[in-house]
Amino acid sequence: MKDEVTTRESRVDALGGMGCKRKRVEDARFTQGKGNYVDDIKLKGMLFGDFVRSPYAHARIKSIDTSAALALDGVIAVLTAEDLRPLGLHWMPTLAGDKQMVLADGKVLFQGQEVAYVVAKDRYIAADAVELVEVDYEELPVIVDPFEALKSDVVLREDLVAEDGSLPDGAHGPRKHHNHIFTWEVGEKEATTQVLDSAEVVAEETVYYHRTHPCPLETCGCVASMDKVNGKLTLWGTFQAPHAIRTVVSLISGIEEHNIRVISPDIGGGFGNKVGAYPGYVCSVVASIVTGVPVKWIEDRMENLMTTAFARDYWMTGKISATKEGKITGLQCHVTADHGGFDACADPTKFPAGFMNICTGSYDIPTAYLAVDGVYTNKAPGGVSYRCSFRVTEAVYFIERMIEVLAIELNMDAAELRRINFIRKDQFPYKAALGWEYDSGDYHTAWDKAMKAVDYDGLRAEQAQRVEDFKAGKTRKLMGIGLTHFTEIVGAGPVKNCDILGLGMFDSCEIRIHPTGSAIARLGTISQGQGHATTFAQILATEIGLPADSITIEEGDTDTAPYGLGTYGSRSTPVAGAATALAGRKIRAKAQMIAAYLLEVHDDDVEFDVDRFVVKGAPEKFKTMKEIAFAAYNQAIPGIEPGLEAVSYYDPPNMTYPFGAYVCVMDIDVDTGEVDIRRFYALDDCGTRINPMIIEGQVHGGLTEALAVALGQEIAYDEMGNVKTGTLMDFFLPTAWEVPNYETDHTVTPSPHHPIGAKGVGESPHVGGVPCFSNAVNDAFRAFGLRHTHMPHDHWRIWKTANELGLHG
Amino acid sequence: MIPAAFEYHRPKDMAGVLAVLTQYGDDARVMAGGHSLIPMMKLRMADVPHLIDLQSVEGLGGISVADGVVRLGAMVTQHDIIDSAELASAAPILRETSLQIADPQVRYMGTIGGNVANGDPGNDMPGLMQCLDATFHLVGPDGERTVAARDFYESAYMTAREDDEVLTAVSFAVPQGGYGYVKQKRKIGDYATAAAAVQLVKENGVCTAASIAMTNLSDTPVHSVAAGDALVGTSVDDAAIKAAVQAMLGDIDPAQDNRGPVEFKRHAASVILRRTIERAWSRA
Ligand SMILES: Cc1cc2nc3c(=O)[nH]c(=O)nc-3n(C[C@H](O)[C@H](O)[C@H](O)COP(=O)(O)OP(=O)(O)OC[C@H]3O[C@@H](n4cnc5c(N)ncnc54)[C@H](O)[C@@H]3O)c2cc1C
Repeated sequence: MKDEVTTRESRVDALGGMGCKRKRVEDARFTQGKGNYVDDIKLKGMLFGDFVRSPYAHARIKSIDTSAALALDGVIAVLTAEDLRPLGLHWMPTLAGDKQMVLADGKVLFQGQEVAYVVAKDRYIAADAVELVEVDYEELPVIVDPFEALKSDVVLREDLVAEDGSLPDGAHGPRKHHNHIFTWEVGEKEATTQVLDSAEVVAEETVYYHRTHPCPLETCGCVASMDKVNGKLTLWGTFQAPHAIRTVVSLISGIEEHNIRVISPDIGGGFGNKVGAYPGYVCSVVASIVTGVPVKWIEDRMENLMTTAFARDYWMTGKISATKEGKITGLQCHVTADHGGFDACADPTKFPAGFMNICTGSYDIPTAYLAVDGVYTNKAPGGVSYRCSFRVTEAVYFIERMIEVLAIELNMDAAELRRINFIRKDQFPYKAALGWEYDSGDYHTAWDKAMKAVDYDGLRAEQAQRVEDFKAGKTRKLMGIGLTHFTEIVGAGPVKNCDILGLGMFDSCEIRIHPTGSAIARLGTISQGQGHATTFAQILATEIGLPADSITIEEGDTDTAPYGLGTYGSRSTPVAGAATALAGRKIRAKAQMIAAYLLEVHDDDVEFDVDRFVVKGAPEKFKTMKEIAFAAYNQAIPGIEPGLEAVSYYDPPNMTYPFGAYVCVMDIDVDTGEVDIRRFYALDDCGTRINPMIIEGQVHGGLTEALAVALGQEIAYDEMGNVKTGTLMDFFLPTAWEVPNYETDHTVTPSPHHPIGAKGVGESPHVGGVPCFSNAVNDAFRAFGLRHTHMPHDHWRIWKTANELGLHG
Repeated sequence: MIPAAFEYHRPKDMAGVLAVLTQYGDDARVMAGGHSLIPMMKLRMADVPHLIDLQSVEGLGGISVADGVVRLGAMVTQHDIIDSAELASAAPILRETSLQIADPQVRYMGTIGGNVANGDPGNDMPGLMQCLDATFHLVGPDGERTVAARDFYESAYMTAREDDEVLTAVSFAVPQGGYGYVKQKRKIGDYATAAAAVQLVKENGVCTAASIAMTNLSDTPVHSVAAGDALVGTSVDDAAIKAAVQAMLGDIDPAQDNRGPVEFKRHAASVILRRTIERAWSRA
């Protein structure tokens, strides 16, 4: 038999399982333009929705006249808050426990807010009709600064003030001011103050992480189709969490959940922007229910940038203390968080500032305290995790800047300061001062490998020479060395402390093995470019011994996929990936019984070997998984049900904690503020590596988005609340031209609690990349007395820094 | 980002174009590559009930270099310019500039005519054309006329071209000496933070002629006569460059935008002009 001469190695290769560079199975359709995105869906009689949006950031609506729009040929309806009110749908709940206007209910709170929804026969008519809706606004004072908001008499949210003027508690406890949303405290306040007060050295800095936007290539959109005959609603959309959307739609519409089918087709990038529920979804569903025909709504780029979920906008003030030798003793952080007009952050319910309390980073900091104040302003709502787990990029940016500032205060090398404060390998599992239990890590090994790879001492020597040359007038370029060691917290999460709208953040996988030895697996997650169809098949191939190429992975249809909380926060591999492995093991357990029956031995006398069960000690006696699959369907086996299927719901015992060591080397033209990234080295430790090629792709993508954010990407407002960066001319989306060459590297420290030891990688490069680029810019000016300068480091801000340091002569 | 409805015209000759322009007046507008006009229509900042596509009009293409004169038909694209061996030797500054405009996709569509007729201070060709002292050829219901590039721009989007006139070509004397077009931008596809076009002649180590124009530093391109004069008769040493830069600063009037405040733009303009002069001089 052919099988007998096949080596074990070649059998492993034939599976295309974990660890191999399997090519992405998704790419054939994407590279040939055969993807199926929401806007590709065309249904018979489909209508189009479009929004009338507020030009003002804060205004009262005196009247809305829809008559001219309704008179336009081809316009079917114009919805306003008055039409939604009887249905109770003029407001909707947000993921953060607040509520948000679906259509402006008497006032608007940010520029671009949805005021009316036009339904027409085609997009062109809808856009024309939008112009014909006449809205009479009375402008109100605009607040774009969160610090001013907390002092201002102007009430942004009258709906959250009681009639007697008192402030009812918000979703996260008492509110201090009418524009205040919540205070969230973690850690030991008193003890931290004491440590800081008595410390030998204290460094203090305010670090602003500016507002930006995930800006996926495909904007948000949906198609709602209410079938009035069978009472079923089908909703296609760009949803990163289709099951959660189904539950939300059911809860707010009253349609029973079994009558709702939510489908996420191909999604063109999400990065957190597509987690939440938007007014466009609600209005499209209502419009389809009212008209009885499908209704499509697709944002344009400006709408996406101006109105759907932004990211960051955190003012972080920190104090970090250390001994004279540089051993860190305490950390304090206060955040003023600008949430915009509604609190629509996408965070687990108990974490109004996400996992900001990972801000002690990779360091053994014995005492710490964090407080976050959420604030309303006249800006768009959101606060999503743009390519990071919940607020983790803010936390990592904060600590990695504070380390640099402390190094300056101590007059110490920042790499050495990190090294002496890293949590040691033998301290894992490590209980951090702000509550988290880090699962595993080996920071020193990663750091030393990185320093060696870039010849760190050589770089510092070169930099010192450059400073000399600069002072001597021989060059106008400074050299910056950016360092970062980040620790992420991903894979939300344990149901005991993680839920969204009361839905526990487990995830799931259901597997069906077909008689001929191929399979389909369905998951509660949804790929937006991560390559799940490739990698989850690899996990399964290794677990069940069938080739990855014989395994179809399906996600995104709530009628077929098991319930799950979707894809964001690097949670798919840590949670759904674990469910996949465990469901695979259930398959294997049953396969073992079938194999034993077929081989006429006891269950315990066979063992799994790559793609088969063999009789222990007699490797020539075996049954391949393919044979076993067939037997499951064609033999009556005593005591065993026919078929070969399994489902697993995985509630992770802990988060996973990927980490990495990054180094960026850049040259900065002090006269123009232009930056040239000479080198970027990224070492990632994401635990067990499922597909090195996909990891590399994720790292490249994440670093590129990090470069964007650090060097120029922002959502900027003027004092009237106008968005100044509403198009891609001003909103920086890097192309191949701006992107440097990346060097990737890795160490492998598996997660001890994850079935296959994987930790997740999609967001690490962004989380680590942002501080690394920013540290390089700051570092370039360290020799000239700079402590900290805010991102984004675009040309003029770098120029300003140089100018303020007197470098323009 | 959906334009208002419009009527699409695609005449085969200039007479057809002029007929539509005459018939609809203000309501009609010509389109070349569409890469400035279509975005404006989609943003509903331009309302064009009658759009006249120039793609099929005979006689608007072609690059020629003859008798010391370079002539570019209005529909010559930025890609055509980059691709032309003839231009690369006769007026290499055109290629250098075109390569800094937008990205390859835009350059396949964007035309020299559209770029200079648009009147957007961000466009790179107008400054270059002023530097080269180019002539713009127009045709209208009353026949043909020419306007000097240096007289063409009045303010942002306002030019000497009448609404019923079409730009058919640009021409200029084959430039002499060293050249440079240097542009600072935030990213690919961006308009200039500051850009400078310099063409100068070196004879026996002395600058005998110099022409300098700046892009996106005022509401029109800025041809700085004083800056050029500051170089003439000098060996383009540090003092001369300083004087030229100083003179240029007297002529520009940048506005604050997302690229930065006025102060920064003035500094960037100085640095960019210095580098452009140095580059041109090194090639002279
Ligand atoms: C992403 C992007 C980046 C860009 N970056 C740059 C850049 O860095 N630098 C730069 O210079 N440009 C840039 N552009 C503009 C691009 O070069 C345009 O193509 C060019 O400005 C206009 O040429 P067009 O042929 O597309 O003109 P169109 O858009 O067709 O027309 C522009 C205007 O000129 C008028 N017009 C066109 N042709 C004629 C004619 N023959 N006679 C009379 N009027 C005419 C039109 O009526 C219209 O008002 C960019 C464009 C895009 C989309």
